[in-house]
Amino acid sequence: MITVEHLSRRYGTFTAVDDVSFACRPGRVTGFLGPNGAGKTTTMRILVGLTAASTGTATIGGHRYADIPNPGRHVGVLLDAGAQHGGRTGREILTLGALSMGLPKSRVEEMLHLVSLTGDESTRRLRNYSLGMKQRLGIAHALLGDPEVLILDEPANGLDPAGIRWMRGLLKGYADRGGTVLLSSHLLNEVELIADEMILIGHGRIVAQGDKKSLLQSNQQTKSATTTVASLDDDRLAAALHQRGIAVTRGPDGITAQCESVDVGRVAAEHQIVLTDLRSVEGGLEDLFLELTSGTQREGSPYGAPGGPPPPPPPPGPPGQQTQPGRPGQYPGAPR
Amino acid sequence: MSAYGPPPPAATPRGLDLAATQPTPLVRLVQVELRKAVDTLASFWLVAAIAILIVIVEGGLLLVVLIEGGESSAGDYAFFASYITAVVLPVLAIMLVTSEWTQRTAMVTFSLEPRRSRVLLAKYLTGIVLTLVAVVTAVVIGLVCAVICQVVQSDQTSFDLGGAFLGGFLITQVLAMSLGFAIACLLLNTPASIVVFVAYRVIPVSVFAVLAANFETFADIRPWIDFEFAQGPLYDLSVSGIEWGYLLTSGLLWLGVPLALGVIRILRAEVK
Repeated sequence: MITVEHLSRRYGTFTAVDDVSFACRPGRVTGFLGPNGAGKTTTMRILVGLTAASTGTATIGGHRYADIPNPGRHVGVLLDAGAQHGGRTGREILTLGALSMGLPKSRVEEMLHLVSLTGDESTRRLRNYSLGMKQRLGIAHALLGDPEVLILDEPANGLDPAGIRWMRGLLKGYADRGGTVLLSSHLLNEVELIADEMILIGHGRIVAQGDKKSLLQSNQQTKSATTTVASLDDDRLAAALHQRGIAVTRGPDGITAQCESVDVGRVAAEHQIVLTDLRSVEGGLEDLFLELTSGTQREGSPYGAPGGPPPPPPPPGPPGQQTQPGRPGQYPGAPR
Repeated sequence: MSAYGPPPPAATPRGLDLAATQPTPLVRLVQVELRKAVDTLASFWLVAAIAILIVIVEGGLLLVVLIEGGESSAGDYAFFASYITAVVLPVLAIMLVTSEWTQRTAMVTFSLEPRRSRVLLAKYLTGIVLTLVAVVTAVVIGLVCAVICQVVQSDQTSFDLGGAFLGGFLITQVLAMSLGFAIACLLLNTPASIVVFVAYRVIPVSVFAVLAANFETFADIRPWIDFEFAQGPLYDLSVSGIEWGYLLTSGLLWLGVPLALGVIRILRAEVK
């Protein structure tokens, strides 16, 4: 439904979006994930025609956004929940939207109810709204025209855990009824909770895309198996594993071994060590996210500094190439 | 908490079906802009302040006329009311444009109507509607004041509104509003636009006057490039002959050029 092909946007020598291609399908929630300044917002603004592309195309349902008549009826857009007049009430903002799209006033009440803004809250002026309330209002505004496509930039930003859960239900339900959703976030947990498919972007380039399972699988292939284990005698177990030639890392809560869990179990059985915990590490999405974007991260801050200047252009390299993982400090096992 | 909204329309297998959707008509865009012009706290107080000012000025005027038993006409009262609204109209026109940028609502406005030229046209038409409202208000106030005078001192009151004056006022107000609109499009910033608007109306006039007094050759050129000067005959609708030429050239220079540049800027701007 949303098709982006070889999209680039340059500002002088800085390339904000670099040859980005992806597609969002109906019935799916697609998460657009990347650190701050990665090009998510620019890509979304190009989709909606607020920013011109340098090269490439972005279409929604086969149409350029600017060619869609009364686009609010087809594409719900939330690019910045704060980009509303602070002197207007929430209800007034929705009323203006409904008037503009040619919708009945009753639609405003429906949407306020949908996003759980009370009558009292809806008559407050926007400048007195919390970020979470602004996000709810923004989502109400995006859904006003009963669109088939939703484009939401950082919609979960500022929502409390209950709010994120509510949004997950809302967007899942929307997608299940055939809607197409593209949402962005710099927080992996949000996207992991809400999205069916993910597009990982760093420094304007797409570094990986697919559903959660395939992303994890492709990640598994590049890494050897890892197992965490705890026992009543970690020292002896670590030494025994080390003897077998298995790389071992001691942590405060147990041992991390670079092998399948079955191998650890076998060694423990042979040495008659009682295990209290045995788990194979699945290399969570967070590891993957950090690995894939580590070449694009700001130093010392895994998610980049909020509100900071755009990062310098990335070093040249083929897209989709996975960068070297920056593993947290390992210390060698202590075999005696 | 209800988690599910009304269902989205059954998804078409590929693409959007736009056949049933009508483009947003211009009238609706004007309605939206009119509402936006008066629905914020800032605009409310602007209008309220003008209303209060008009009441004070007209009330004082009425008192003086009635106590002294002087002559007065509906046109006199309408003149003062329109004089006060004349200060505000360009400011309202400026805010129509600049508030979209200072409050960043342009993102929403241009998302709902990506054809930016239509949004600009709707905003300009809104400025004209507001000007008409101001003139009508001035006429009503003039007539009301005249009725009050009529009751007290009927022989010294006339209901003459001065039609030529009101017509001229309407035209010059539309021009002033257009100028505010053009500067706002160019600068996209409320305080800067208001300052430049005021400077724009005051500084060239005095500069031209000084130049014309000192250089005879400039005195010949001046009418062609002095917009304020050229608007003089408009106030009583007595424009004739060469004066139309003056209006056209000076108007192009002082109004046409900034308006064109401002519109181009907005059409091309990256909206953030």
